[in-house]
Amino acid sequence: METIQKGVGESITSELALVQAAKGGDLEAFSELVRRYDRNIFRIAQHITHNEEDAQDVVQDAFLKSYQNLDQFQGNSKFYTWLVRIAVNEALMKLRRRRNDRTVSLDEDVETEDGSIPREVADWAPNPEQLYKQAELSDILKKTIQGLAPGFRTVFVLRDVEGMSTEETAEMLGLSVPAVKSRLLRARLQLRERLARYFKSKQAGDGQQ
Amino acid sequence: MKCTDFLKELTDYLDGRLTENLRVELDEHLHWCHECHVVMNTTKKTIEIYRDNQLYELPEDLRNRLHQAIMTKCRGSKPGKKTST
Repeated sequence: METIQKGVGESITSELALVQAAKGGDLEAFSELVRRYDRNIFRIAQHITHNEEDAQDVVQDAFLKSYQNLDQFQGNSKFYTWLVRIAVNEALMKLRRRRNDRTVSLDEDVETEDGSIPREVADWAPNPEQLYKQAELSDILKKTIQGLAPGFRTVFVLRDVEGMSTEETAEMLGLSVPAVKSRLLRARLQLRERLARYFKSKQAGDGQQ
Repeated sequence: MKCTDFLKELTDYLDGRLTENLRVELDEHLHWCHECHVVMNTTKKTIEIYRDNQLYELPEDLRNRLHQAIMTKCRGSKPGKKTST
């Protein structure tokens, strides 16, 4: 199996070699792929579904589907790109079921300009994160990102949280590069606008009697 | 350059994907436009806050349970072939 040396005594088997081995029925190889990407898939699924139980199901279903459809994986893209695409579809399906709404899709509400035009132009406190305790900060960040339409928050999560490139994100979501860029800009601006209410600098005298 | 023109290029500006000429133009706009400067800075901070605070970590015990469940299902299946239901 092709390996990449990483320091003394350490080696990382390449993704492609693991996929090839798994295709041939090597379950250990597939197990390694699960270990490699399960945390990322869980995070992405949580961001889309907002529900831990659904996110757990998405992790299981996405890996099982990828295993069952390995013969359809052509190797033109990375396995991870292909896996995320499966997981995003599973997560959107969960969201649809939970909302009992067949129209939930990556295109939902993407035409809205709400929050995309900056209104809040007061500067933020120098270290806004330190205004809140860690648990409070996490709640604020979760609540804020959950308020975005699925098509916006999915692009933001892949691009800015998971660190994928614009091109990879486009491939994962089946969108064009300009569509990813446009959604990313609006997602970033909407989040900024909504976070401003928590993080903006207090004017002198604010909060004093 | 108008503020709306600046805004259109904000994502590429923050990602460092602009041509040198355009970047210089945007820097010049930022130099005198306080509002765009604030929007640029706070958008950058927004990205950093989400990047630095991973909101949904997978706890190790749950991770192990999920891993076990996935592998059990895979064992009952074949790669590239769905089990008949």
